[in-house]
Amino acid sequence: MDWSKTLSKQVMDMPRSGIREFFDLATGSKDIISLGVGEPDFVTPWNIREAAIRSLERGHTTYTSNYGLESLRRAISTYVADFFHVEYDPLCEILPTVGVSEAIDLALRCLLNPGDEVLYHEPCYVSYAPTVMMAYGVPRAVETSIDDLFALNPAKLEAAITPRTKVLMLNFPTNPTGSIAPRKTLEEIAAICVKYDLFVLTDEIYSELRYDEEEHTSIAALPGMKERTLLLHGFSKAFAMTGLRLGYACGPKELIEQMMKVHSYTMICPTITSQEAGVEALENGVPAMLEMRESYHRRRDYIVGRFNDMGMDCHLPGGAFYTFPSIKRFGISSKEFALRLLMEHKVAAVPGTAFGACGEGYLRCCYATAQNLLEQACDKMARFCDSLR
Amino acid sequence: MTQDALLKLLEADARLSDQQIADRLGVDVATVAAKRAALEKAGRIVGYQAIVNDDGEGVSAFIEVRCTPERGGGFDRLASRIARFKEVRSLYLISGGYDLLVMVEAPTLLEVARFVSENLASMQNVISTATHFRLKTYKHNGLIFAEEPEAERLTFIP
Repeated sequence: MDWSKTLSKQVMDMPRSGIREFFDLATGSKDIISLGVGEPDFVTPWNIREAAIRSLERGHTTYTSNYGLESLRRAISTYVADFFHVEYDPLCEILPTVGVSEAIDLALRCLLNPGDEVLYHEPCYVSYAPTVMMAYGVPRAVETSIDDLFALNPAKLEAAITPRTKVLMLNFPTNPTGSIAPRKTLEEIAAICVKYDLFVLTDEIYSELRYDEEEHTSIAALPGMKERTLLLHGFSKAFAMTGLRLGYACGPKELIEQMMKVHSYTMICPTITSQEAGVEALENGVPAMLEMRESYHRRRDYIVGRFNDMGMDCHLPGGAFYTFPSIKRFGISSKEFALRLLMEHKVAAVPGTAFGACGEGYLRCCYATAQNLLEQACDKMARFCDSLR
Repeated sequence: MTQDALLKLLEADARLSDQQIADRLGVDVATVAAKRAALEKAGRIVGYQAIVNDDGEGVSAFIEVRCTPERGGGFDRLASRIARFKEVRSLYLISGGYDLLVMVEAPTLLEVARFVSENLASMQNVISTATHFRLKTYKHNGLIFAEEPEAERLTFIP
């Protein structure tokens, strides 16, 4: 078979994730301490697992409505109103999805016509540009830098807008930099979105995991923004439920209705087991979530201290569970640094370039790993840094 | 640093050094050392022991003891006498159908039986005993024994 004619050209042309090659290198190798993950090191809290088990025990193994369980949408509505201070109608403004990833895909497919441009800030999560491309849009990265602590600079945003720009994607706290957007910055971004009539997709998956003093603000909560914003959130990070694949979108009912249509033809609904576990997470999972957050907070302070001690320049990230230290002073590329760290010292971290070209000179290190392993990883990294001097 | 945070870390792993605890709680090492010493002095931290899975060795038994409290002394005097036996690993005063719960360890079943008949049952004020032998430990001091291996995480995840 001539696969070059058989396979979709658009998909063939799409680059593989920069993480993939490292994944292959690490496969089969033992004793690697991984700072390369993007998920909590906690198992889902027991009461949430128990709710999933109970759901199966009661024989809840059917499809649900394409809109998901009403009990879940009501729980989401209450939680979002309480946490983000934005009210969404559980009957028509909320759509449970298979993770935030599906919600992003649905939203882009429902918003974009071929050639429409989507702005997003880089370094960023690896799926944004490919998902835009799969929806026949044109991804346009706006670079962020350490000067703004990797928050989106409103002036750079405005400079990137063209007549074809339709959507702005935001992700604060950010994977991979852990950066946050101060309220004042968000207000400036919101004003630009209104001025240029942009629609905003805000991926708030790390929003509970903030360690600075400021209360988390979503752009959806700013005056005039709810009508032009789709708030995307989920259970994976804060409630340690990555494998249960549950997220949700909250936004204008016109968009939610179209997303539900695509969702009904592709995914139908998230598993009922996950949906029932999700209700338990929102109603009774917050104390366990706060305990996990406290643990990440301590580990962040530890690892940032160690990184700076060993000569990497590492800012104190405000959220998520990533650090993004600079390795520029060692005079080698991110990729070489990460490769040698993996091969010579058995510590896995992701080169910043996996998250966009402007990630060169940085490394993403996830600290959602047991403290004793973090300590060992830091010891090994310190030896590696010494050897590079 | 709260006392509770320090105790929680030590209860999970008593071998943590003061430096490791200081790193985890974000305080300096002298503060940890001082706090730990104070807790030891006050008797809140009684000791540091390894938790050994001894399911394969020796015999242990939980013995329910009914006894007559003494005027003035209650159960305390009898309990402190029982506590002195080297076979006794733990001893609690219990509410309900009996009074003292004695956890005993010995190399053989015969030795446990002898301890009960010769030392325990014959004590003054002991009315009766009921001995339950341990068959298997599932959880001890908050630690689950013979836990299933943890689910493996991928090394790289975006």
